[in-house]
Amino acid sequence: MTYIIKPKLHHPTLTPNALGYTRRDYEGAISTMCAGCGHDSISAAVIQACYELDIEPHRVAKLSGIGCSSKSPDYFLGNAHGFNTVHGRMPSVLTGANMANKDLLYLGISGDGDTASIGLGQFAHAIRRGVKMVYLVENNGVYGLTKGQFSATADAGSKSKGGVVNEDSPIDLCALALQLGATFVARSFSGDKEQLVPLLKAAFTHGGTAMIDVLSPCVTFNNHAGSTKSYDYVREHNDALNRLDIFFGRDEITADYAPGSTVEVTQHDGSILRLHKLHDSYTPTDRLHAMRYLEERKAIGEIVTGLLYVDQQPTTLHDHLKTADQPLNRLDAKTLSPGRAKLEEINASLR
Amino acid sequence: MSTITQPLQRTNDFVVKFANVNGSGSASANSLFARSILRMGVPASARNIFPSNIQGLPTWYEVRVSGSGWLARRGGVDLMVAMNPQTWDRDVAEVEPGGYLFYDSTRFIPRGKFRDDITVLGLPLTEICNREFTSPRERQLFKNIMYLGALAALLGIDLTEIDKLIQEQYGSKQKLIDSNLKVLRLGHDAATESLPCPIGLRVERSDQVGKRIFIDGNTAAGLGCVYGGATVAGWYPITPSTSVIEAFTSYCKQLRHDPETGKANYAIVQAEDELASIGMVVGAGWNGARAFTATSGPGISLMQEFFGLAYFAEIPAMVVNVQRGGPSTGMPTRTQQSDVLACAYASHGDTKHVLLFPQDPHETFEYSALGLDLAERLQTPVFVMIDLDIGMNEWLVDPFEWDDSREYDRGKVMTAEELEAGKDFGRYLEVDGDGIPYRTLPGTHPKRGAYFTRGTTRDPYAKYSEVGSVYIGNMERLLKKFDTARTLVPAPVVQKARQRADFGVIYYGSTSEAMREALAQLEAQGLHVDAMRVRGFPFADEVYRFVEDHPVTFVVEQNRDAQLKTLLVTEGQLNPAQLVEVLHYDGTPITARFISREIAARMDAAKVTPIKKVAS
Ligand SMILES: Cc1ncc(C[n+]2csc(CCOP(=O)(O)OP(=O)(O)O)c2C)c(N)n1
Ligand code: SF4
Repeated sequence: MTYIIKPKLHHPTLTPNALGYTRRDYEGAISTMCAGCGHDSISAAVIQACYELDIEPHRVAKLSGIGCSSKSPDYFLGNAHGFNTVHGRMPSVLTGANMANKDLLYLGISGDGDTASIGLGQFAHAIRRGVKMVYLVENNGVYGLTKGQFSATADAGSKSKGGVVNEDSPIDLCALALQLGATFVARSFSGDKEQLVPLLKAAFTHGGTAMIDVLSPCVTFNNHAGSTKSYDYVREHNDALNRLDIFFGRDEITADYAPGSTVEVTQHDGSILRLHKLHDSYTPTDRLHAMRYLEERKAIGEIVTGLLYVDQQPTTLHDHLKTADQPLNRLDAKTLSPGRAKLEEINASLR
Repeated sequence: MSTITQPLQRTNDFVVKFANVNGSGSASANSLFARSILRMGVPASARNIFPSNIQGLPTWYEVRVSGSGWLARRGGVDLMVAMNPQTWDRDVAEVEPGGYLFYDSTRFIPRGKFRDDITVLGLPLTEICNREFTSPRERQLFKNIMYLGALAALLGIDLTEIDKLIQEQYGSKQKLIDSNLKVLRLGHDAATESLPCPIGLRVERSDQVGKRIFIDGNTAAGLGCVYGGATVAGWYPITPSTSVIEAFTSYCKQLRHDPETGKANYAIVQAEDELASIGMVVGAGWNGARAFTATSGPGISLMQEFFGLAYFAEIPAMVVNVQRGGPSTGMPTRTQQSDVLACAYASHGDTKHVLLFPQDPHETFEYSALGLDLAERLQTPVFVMIDLDIGMNEWLVDPFEWDDSREYDRGKVMTAEELEAGKDFGRYLEVDGDGIPYRTLPGTHPKRGAYFTRGTTRDPYAKYSEVGSVYIGNMERLLKKFDTARTLVPAPVVQKARQRADFGVIYYGSTSEAMREALAQLEAQGLHVDAMRVRGFPFADEVYRFVEDHPVTFVVEQNRDAQLKTLLVTEGQLNPAQLVEVLHYDGTPITARFISREIAARMDAAKVTPIKKVAS
């Protein structure tokens, strides 16, 4: 097992980033999650990633479905517009928002119930369309908000709090995202901030469809013995395949990792992802390899975390639609209305 | 049974119906027939009556030629072009006494299959085609053009008008033009030689069409959305709405590319289902783009949850609903006005939505653009309610108009400057007394104006709150906003009877054209009725006053359950007994004959209403 030890908690730093924002500027409302809920750690990781990336909070649009997980966007980036939509259908709303204005960063937050059950169709279609976004699943294997029913990612054989055994096969969202053509696929663990924060940063700078499945234990309904999504279980079965640094600019590229143990991936925007490989054979730019690896490890009961796949030159929905450079929501009547003279021509053609 | 009936003699005033088999390629020839009459300056309207099937089932195309300008379905047929053996008996039966029957006489048809009181005109179309052509497809397709040529001879249609239309249709494909023109003449000559051309039904050149255009409502809706500034469309195919998006797409391709970069000023996505299509519209509306979808009843059902969210979270969204025969798959290719209630109160909880009821493709164009304005002005879903009759049939209507100085009404959107200036921003704050709050768009200001949109209840500053009084305050404001909508939707149109009338009639949408004619028919019988066409919901106060002013008001609609009447009674708290329903819902477009007959019968009955007995 290659579990990485949880880092010491960093106290919120008030040092301003390059934009002059402190971490405070990336926080949101006070969380109403149960104490210890994995979702709160994910919110903290999003805050840190955005702070470190010098993202202007108001340039992010954070959208979610329904569930405890989907409430979490309220708890970070208070200066960003958020949209808590309907159960399972955040992907379409995010797609529409993205169609309207391609200039913002789109962060979709969902739960495993939200994504893998009611929202499976929308998840699949947003991914196959190449909507440029970071799609983050806070995956706890249960329905938190409706109090503890199994979700479609619950492993067969895992037990509910009341001792009921789940007989259905689980949906592996990473495997699915790979198959559907996501250009960035990663899995992480809410309890592993060291891995999660760089992954989030990499996802934010990725130019395509980034999906991150974050195992996020529900302390109230799914953190018992018999659960395969509890803190203990994930820690024990975590097979981290790489760890990640993300660099901008030239100087930092010359860092000192021995060849063979790291791999560098340049993203479309020039940022460099340096992966410290824990498995020598792992190449994160090979979709087929990623799919095979995921299945192999699953077969021996391991949960693979890290960056599974990245496409260095992703294309997006807007590329496919060949939309104008200016966001569509900013175009005015002069640009959009073809005008009266044209209408006269159309009238004439209809006689 | 033999009746001596004079063959009909009518110039520029008759109904021709084509009975065909779906997939036989007749649509193009039939449409050429209608257009050639329009080119001769004679008003005509056309209706497709088609099955939910691609090939093989019966389909009809009905053309009303009307020098007097009545363009609804009249009812009855003066000349039947019977090309479908399957429906022969009922097609023959539909011909008015004295009418005409044109058929393919290649195959022997026993005498008993005809009627004595109509004139039978047979031409061996199949035989001629088989003689002239070898390929089965040509034999089939050219049969249609051939009967078009024959009809031109029978009715006195100018062949050169059809020639021109064929040339316009095929453009640079000279070979196709040549062969079509050849076949057209074959038909024409065959009819001239062997039939008593011309017959009693005639088309005579006139100048009554003027600048009017011939177009279907779905195309008009698509074009209206282009002019109205829609930039985002999410949609899912469903009859009869699909061609709205097809038209939008094709006009966007022609008209909406950045002149410098050549890139698209629009984004259209065929969604995986209606849930996703409305989700995209809501997302785009939230983010400040003008967005719409087009669908029909089953799609409306699937979109319900989003309508509730958009209503409560106050997000602009426009839906063009092309109604069809329901419920469920009902009659998917037939027309009805049966989603009125489903749209007015769409979704869960207390909701009310803005509906627009265009009467024809001309108004459909206008209301599609207006709907986009209203959705943004009111920050709410707006439904443009057309139906298959408007949507899929070509209508002769006034040309479209556009004022180049027209700006889009983007509603109350607070800018970065206004926020910077320290304006109090509360997303759900009542500011102007009209129930419409201000919104900000994502990305506007680094520190101000951001808020969290959700379907759960919140206070005027968009903070989550379950306090009862806060919830009620918000719901009351939404009602006030609905009251504001009352002043923004198109006002009803009134046509007063020439004499003081005790009876009123309310109608809407595609019924309008038939109503116009029905009112004239009633007047000719000395029956006077004041008429009101409703064009929007919420209803203007005028609508309720109209009902109050008449002891009896008929409500004419194309559904079983009197949905508009229900809405009038509920919203206006009217006495249901004052509103008398006249309902037509067999899936075919309503006719003037039906309306005038039904209203006359009810007026007659009203005259003999006994005085109420006093309860003992
Ligand atoms: C249409 C609809 N059906 C059902 C619900 C009830 N519901 C709310 S949250 C939820 C499950 C959420 O589970 P998940 O996405 O896993 O999030 P978690 O609460 O576990 O973080 C359900 C079924 C709903 N809100 N809407
Ligand atoms: S119920 Fe579970 S998922 Fe929801 S807040 Fe509590 S711990 Fe988190």
